[in-house]
Amino acid sequence: MIAKPSPSLLWDQTSRWAVAVILAVLGFSTQAAASLGGDLGSIQTDQVRLQGAVMRVTSSDTFTVHEMRASTGTTVREYVSSSGKVFGVAWDGPTVPDLRQVLGDYFPAYIEAAQAAQKKRLGHGPIRIEAPTFIVEQSGHPRAFVGRAYVPQFVPTGIGTELVR
Amino acid sequence: MALKFFALAVFGTLVMNPECGTTPASTNVVAAPAQNVQPITVNSGPANNYANGLFTSVTVCMPGSASNCQTIDGVLVDTGSIGLRILSSALTLNLPQQTANGSPVVECNQFVDGFTWGPVQVADIAMAGERAGAVPIQVIGASGFSTIPASCTSTGPSEDTLDTLGANGVLGIGLFRQDCGPGCAVAGASNPGLYFTCSGSSCQPTAEGIAQQLQNPVWLFAKDNNGVIVELPAVSPLGAATVNGSLVFGIGTQANNAPGSAAVFTVDGQGTFTTVYQGQSYGGSFLDTGSNALYFLDSRTSGLPLCPDTADFYCPASSQSFSATHRGANGTTGAVPFGVANADTLLGNLSFSVFSLLAGPNPGSFDWGLPFFFGRNVLTAIESQNTPLGFGPYWAY
Repeated sequence: MIAKPSPSLLWDQTSRWAVAVILAVLGFSTQAAASLGGDLGSIQTDQVRLQGAVMRVTSSDTFTVHEMRASTGTTVREYVSSSGKVFGVAWDGPTVPDLRQVLGDYFPAYIEAAQAAQKKRLGHGPIRIEAPTFIVEQSGHPRAFVGRAYVPQFVPTGIGTELVR
Repeated sequence: MALKFFALAVFGTLVMNPECGTTPASTNVVAAPAQNVQPITVNSGPANNYANGLFTSVTVCMPGSASNCQTIDGVLVDTGSIGLRILSSALTLNLPQQTANGSPVVECNQFVDGFTWGPVQVADIAMAGERAGAVPIQVIGASGFSTIPASCTSTGPSEDTLDTLGANGVLGIGLFRQDCGPGCAVAGASNPGLYFTCSGSSCQPTAEGIAQQLQNPVWLFAKDNNGVIVELPAVSPLGAATVNGSLVFGIGTQANNAPGSAAVFTVDGQGTFTTVYQGQSYGGSFLDTGSNALYFLDSRTSGLPLCPDTADFYCPASSQSFSATHRGANGTTGAVPFGVANADTLLGNLSFSVFSLLAGPNPGSFDWGLPFFFGRNVLTAIESQNTPLGFGPYWAY
């Protein structure tokens, strides 16, 4: 799939970034991830709403990735800074995840922006919302959606936003 | 208006100098009308605001009836989705409702840019002498189902009106037989919750059998049922007011749909293949008549600036040429030259609605939208259906 980092890709990337990587498989059911812009503490809510299990947690010096795979086959990754803030989320799978949950406080503004974009739009295609405080992108088609969102002000210094994927 | 005048003046110059080489040579032959050939048109659509919208007319009938029928125009032809969906505002027939345990079945269909919500009803679908009987379709925005479950509105904005859909309906004739497939047929946590049963304003997700889901009508035809060929002529770099083409049913089933030497690009289970660009492989690529531009990569990777007023399209100072390579799951490769022009300039010509060089960003992948189809005959073979080039799903051109 488009933006899903396979384990090997993730390893390559992190080693390229010259950071220590810790891979922990399961055992993290009490601390997974949270909605975009939220704190690490509210992580469990996501797992329940997405009916997903934490597949793995990947850590570096500056951020942690919590990856959850819902039983529907859609995977959500949440990017958490060292201060505990979810600065980015990414998803891929046959159906769109619950964006109200994944985008958290940003969801109403996302829908408002997407509706405004519809009025200007000239046809169907991938979605790209560049709001003053957040970015949301989604591409693909039924059975294969790929999306991501991030809050630039929360992205740790020195981290490229292309890493959220 | 100055911009529009300029564009028309340049176009006039090109027409007067046919040998200047900027008008692409059309290499494909578009099939003449026949029993299995459905006319298709690229125009501004029923909302009169569409750029690169591929439309056709679809006849729906009461199941089993040859006379109680309605032909609906302005239906978007979409190789990126599956199933016929009609706006309730465009439908006058009172079609039978699909039920499960006595309750009406309603679908929350996810497109990439929004959802459609509406009941599943049953119709015969007739096009170009072909007919599919008792097909589940979606009637978008039908009255009586105005309360949309939160799990549906949580997937994006609604596209339940002519203004938001830009079409009277969508004819999904892509690579698959059903819109969802086995995932929706099983109950429990793994069900993605696209289908619901409703009682009053209360709707609950339901398991929807394969045969009850929305169907690609083509595979239900009695003949010419293994796929479709979208045939559109080449389009001037400056665009065109409208172009006509053919949607041919069947692959290698008639004299007019022989696949010839088309190269076959098979896909993965999600219906995607790989595009190689500047040595990088981008999985998750697809061909889609329902996407209105070539959407690919991002500004940084493509070197193309976004338009000043919209992040949807690229706006290079002058037209640029690119080349990429398609690579099917079967290893077949093919070079694809394509071009990108300034979207503001193209779209500034308000008398045009067809643009071969309209492009925009799609970070990390290639969405080969309608411009890819100009000047080509593109085959879409349906999953598990046999063709002279092998079993679907695949694309070939």
